[in-house]
Amino acid sequence: MAESTTETVTITVDGKQVEAKPGEMIIAAAERAGVYIPRFCYHPRMRPVGMCRMCLVEVTGPRGPVLTPACFVPVADGQEIVTDSPKVKKAQDGVLEFLLINHPLDCPVCDKGGECPLQDQTLAFGPGESRFVEEKRHWEKPISLSDLVYLDRERCIQCDRCTRFADEVAGDPLIEFVGRGDHIEVNTFPDQPFSSYFSGNTVQLCPVGALLAKPYRFKARPWDLEQVESTCTMCSFGCRVAVQSSANQLTRYIGIDSDPVNHGWLCDKGRFSYQWVNSEERLSAPLVRKGDELVEASWGEALAAVAKGVKGAIDVHGPSTVAVLGGARLPNEDQYAWAKLAKSVIGTDHVDAQMGDGLPASVVLGLPRATIDEACAADAVILLAPDVKEVLPVLYLRLRSAAVDGRVPMVELSPRSSGLTRYCAASLGYRPGEAAAVARALVANQSPTAEVGGVSVEALTAARQAIGGASRVVVVLGRPSLAESAESVVEAAAVLAGLPDARFLPALSRSNVLGALDMGLAPGVLPGRVALDAGRAWWSQAGAWSSVPETAGLDAAGILRDAAVGKIQALVLLGADPATDFPDRELARQAVVGAGFVVAVDTFLNESAKQADVVLPAAGFAERPGTTTNIEGRVTRLGQKIVPPGTAWPDWMIAVELAARLGGDLGVETVEGLWDEIVQFAPSHAGASRAVLADRAHRDGLVLPLPFAAAAEPAEEPAEPMDPTAAPGIAAVEAPPADFSTAPAAVEKMERPGMIEFRAPADAAPLPQLDSYALRLVVTKPLYDDGTLVQHSPALAGLAREPRVRANHYDLDRLGLGTGGRVRVQSPRTSFVAEAEVDDGVPRGSVALTFGEHAGALIDVSQPVIDVRLETP
Amino acid sequence: MRLNAENVQRARDLIAIYPRPRSALIPILHIAQEQDGWLTEDAMEHVAELLGLTSAEVYGTASFYDMLFTEPVGRHLVSICTNIACLLNGGYELLEHAEETLGVKPGGTTPDGEFTLEEVECIADCGRAPCLAVNWRFFGNVTNDDFDTLLGDLRSGALRETVPPHGTLNRVRRDLTAWAGGVPAAQAARQQVEAKWAAAPPPVSSPAPATPPTPPPPPGQAPAIKDDRGERQPASQPASEQAADQAATVEDKGDTAK
Ligand code: SF4
Ligand code: SF4
Ligand code: FES
Ligand code: FES
Repeated sequence: MAESTTETVTITVDGKQVEAKPGEMIIAAAERAGVYIPRFCYHPRMRPVGMCRMCLVEVTGPRGPVLTPACFVPVADGQEIVTDSPKVKKAQDGVLEFLLINHPLDCPVCDKGGECPLQDQTLAFGPGESRFVEEKRHWEKPISLSDLVYLDRERCIQCDRCTRFADEVAGDPLIEFVGRGDHIEVNTFPDQPFSSYFSGNTVQLCPVGALLAKPYRFKARPWDLEQVESTCTMCSFGCRVAVQSSANQLTRYIGIDSDPVNHGWLCDKGRFSYQWVNSEERLSAPLVRKGDELVEASWGEALAAVAKGVKGAIDVHGPSTVAVLGGARLPNEDQYAWAKLAKSVIGTDHVDAQMGDGLPASVVLGLPRATIDEACAADAVILLAPDVKEVLPVLYLRLRSAAVDGRVPMVELSPRSSGLTRYCAASLGYRPGEAAAVARALVANQSPTAEVGGVSVEALTAARQAIGGASRVVVVLGRPSLAESAESVVEAAAVLAGLPDARFLPALSRSNVLGALDMGLAPGVLPGRVALDAGRAWWSQAGAWSSVPETAGLDAAGILRDAAVGKIQALVLLGADPATDFPDRELARQAVVGAGFVVAVDTFLNESAKQADVVLPAAGFAERPGTTTNIEGRVTRLGQKIVPPGTAWPDWMIAVELAARLGGDLGVETVEGLWDEIVQFAPSHAGASRAVLADRAHRDGLVLPLPFAAAAEPAEEPAEPMDPTAAPGIAAVEAPPADFSTAPAAVEKMERPGMIEFRAPADAAPLPQLDSYALRLVVTKPLYDDGTLVQHSPALAGLAREPRVRANHYDLDRLGLGTGGRVRVQSPRTSFVAEAEVDDGVPRGSVALTFGEHAGALIDVSQPVIDVRLETP
Repeated sequence: MRLNAENVQRARDLIAIYPRPRSALIPILHIAQEQDGWLTEDAMEHVAELLGLTSAEVYGTASFYDMLFTEPVGRHLVSICTNIACLLNGGYELLEHAEETLGVKPGGTTPDGEFTLEEVECIADCGRAPCLAVNWRFFGNVTNDDFDTLLGDLRSGALRETVPPHGTLNRVRRDLTAWAGGVPAAQAARQQVEAKWAAAPPPVSSPAPATPPTPPPPPGQAPAIKDDRGERQPASQPASEQAADQAATVEDKGDTAK
């Protein structure tokens, strides 16, 4: 056909004229026009394979109508398609009869029964009867593909969805079709399990009950499940999920296809994290310290004890001896309530939701923000971040696909290789602490002539070529290593901010940490992305705050340092466990002991909470309504499906009660009221009213701040229809209920304060000289860590790996060590023996550890970098 | 067993001639099979490393093809045809006789590891039905007595010269030697073949199968054995290697087209 100048082609589906996008498959065009063509192998997020033949339709070509797989043939102008002729019907009968030849039909004991595309489409399109009387093939049932997934090969219809997902989407082709013809099976290589961070998606994708999630198997029948739409908060990527429950227990999460965010995928950590919510060990009643023990108490008693402790600190030593650490786990409304309690009622600015693994709020909020879609469509992406595969797994999937399918060139500035290294045009393995120098060489006008920060001229040249001429660069920005100060990363970011039109996607992974920064749970900022000084007048006059702290407070490291020397009289741990979670464990332990009075508001009695004077039980995921904010600043609604254990309260309610007992008043009594107040006064949240958020047109949430027009007028276009076989199990998932009985008040006529703008910081302090026997430490976070939530999810707890000391073969050879050998790590602070691993992704002269007991003992946050020595034990 | 140094070199030479390393998978699997007689897990893992694939991807491909073995195979792989021409000429009777003599069913290996028996579809030697192949060398018009003699000869080593060790597809090695010069040599070979096709297109209607193109043998190597297809040969005599060559050529072509 001649090249068409129009943007669309016109096809006829069952006599109806349909506009279609050139290149799209018939099956997709028909679906948009309301004609559903049955399918098994076709999946809108994967390349077509034409494997199952369920989608045969008649397409009129030069030789008349021909049976054609609708998932495999693109639309063409003037195409005539018939989906319901007797010939098509006969083909569908035949395909289904064929698919059922070897299918065991054990629906009564199959997890998929009731939500199974094979059941449903057999009923709707099948022959009703089979002529096959011979013996079906038999396999051992089920076999284990990995720690999380079972495979029942008898049920498999060889649609190639799971294997394609593993290869195309996850980049982990560890399952394959094995054998041929009627001997074909899906399987792994012998003794090499399907250990992918994304394996759970194959369970969701499988159009039959062949792939089964171990934690869910035999736990429920789909028709007994209730469900609500929500957002995963195990990291800050913001994957949309259908939360399903039965009898006040969460039973599973299913990924919802949100086009700008997760494309339907979830990581296994997110997918199976519902288990911690159900844990028997959840805190269900307040605890108050009596001597050496924490004993159960009533809420009245516990709150009185907290009020007494905090009030005592304020009255005797002043409000700046009170500090609030944590809050990233909370929904936005709860964060706002706590920010208001701390900054307005108590009057302290020693508030930090980041636990020494983040970046200053002014940097994150001040840099121009990119959306995920913008990053995936950028001219070039620069990664100056933790390993996104470990900390923001579905962002890894999106970026990987951008690199592989979209050919977006990526350059990584990283002190160790990452999951994305193999997709990067260049990986600049810099020496910890020297990112800024490398960034300068990367953007400089002259080509490099000598090695910079441990990075070779060749690598730099390749990187410069990859980003050369790019006009839209997106920098994925976070902390590449916990053993290197934030200052050096900020300095590098400032250099990259000088690239024309550079935008930044924060790779801060802690749950709702971006919401926390927006809500003011950080030193020096107020809700709405405004700086303390700039927003003081606005918040204390127009916005219902009684006062605003005079000077900017301390960040987490500062708070802990002060607490350790007894300068913090009352420390509130808001879902924070510094003793295991703060990079410098030594400092954190001293702080928890040294603080005069410690309150823990949490879901579990973690290491830090065990030291507290009062412990208040908080509601967890799916136990309360609210909103959450992801890395791009997208606000989505959280759904509630179950009630919290015992008498646990949502965090905002605790803040409201405490305010009252401290003689203040937060002035709000509901989550809705909190959101209304946020929307009314926070400059970044203007226009994002409950009504706008609840609009189905905004089911993917809203990226804030809203452009003015969008705020005034919600988009009309309805969300795309959901393909029932793409995500079996979430037909008609409902949005969380919305209540508009109380309307927000009109905004007062006062000039809103401007939002924070990025200012390049002063250059970081010079680094100590690296002596020739020392190696510079790199500490990264693994997906499955020793954190409370993972350890209380039985399916995930066992996946945490013993950390190994990873170094370049060159550095280990010097000690005569190989993988598996024992090595002693020596630092001024500590020394321990662990297993070594040869990892050439760690540059020469560095040594890498994953965060945990050992790494936490090595890190000293007062140092810009940490140098250690390796010895044979 | 991982590939030995010589075979690693052959594998690298092969990888070099394809635009994408993965295309060299099947020829390299033949090399691995030539080395060990079948594809051990170690070998498949090694091949995966060489090609930048996962072991599962190698296993998936290896398990697809009937001439690649992911289970141990005896020193002699006896493939008896029971497809139509052989069936009519006593293929099943021959298979039954083989089962009795060897004491194994198709798919089985004798306890001494000498023989693996398999039942195969047409091996394109119908003119001499019933026929069989040992390590992919053909024997036609096989009677029960011929079969017994054949087993004896194989056991005694009398056929060592004509029946190569199991796993060896002769053609692959010859082609490899020609291509060992790397990309230029391979390209030159391909051009020669293309020129030959252009000069004399194969007669489509010819009842005889067209001789498939083969790259010229490298200097110093014996030319391919002349086509003696159709000549009746007594059993226990090695059939033409040409048939094996043809099988290999078909596979090579499919492979290069990938
Ligand atoms: S296991 Fe399921 S998804 Fe995988 S090929 Fe079989 S039917 Fe398809
Ligand atoms: S990537 Fe993050 S948000 Fe998405 S499922 Fe995993 S933990 Fe949840
Ligand atoms: S062949 Fe089209 S959906 Fe499977
Ligand atoms: S039928 Fe046996 S070789 Fe063709």
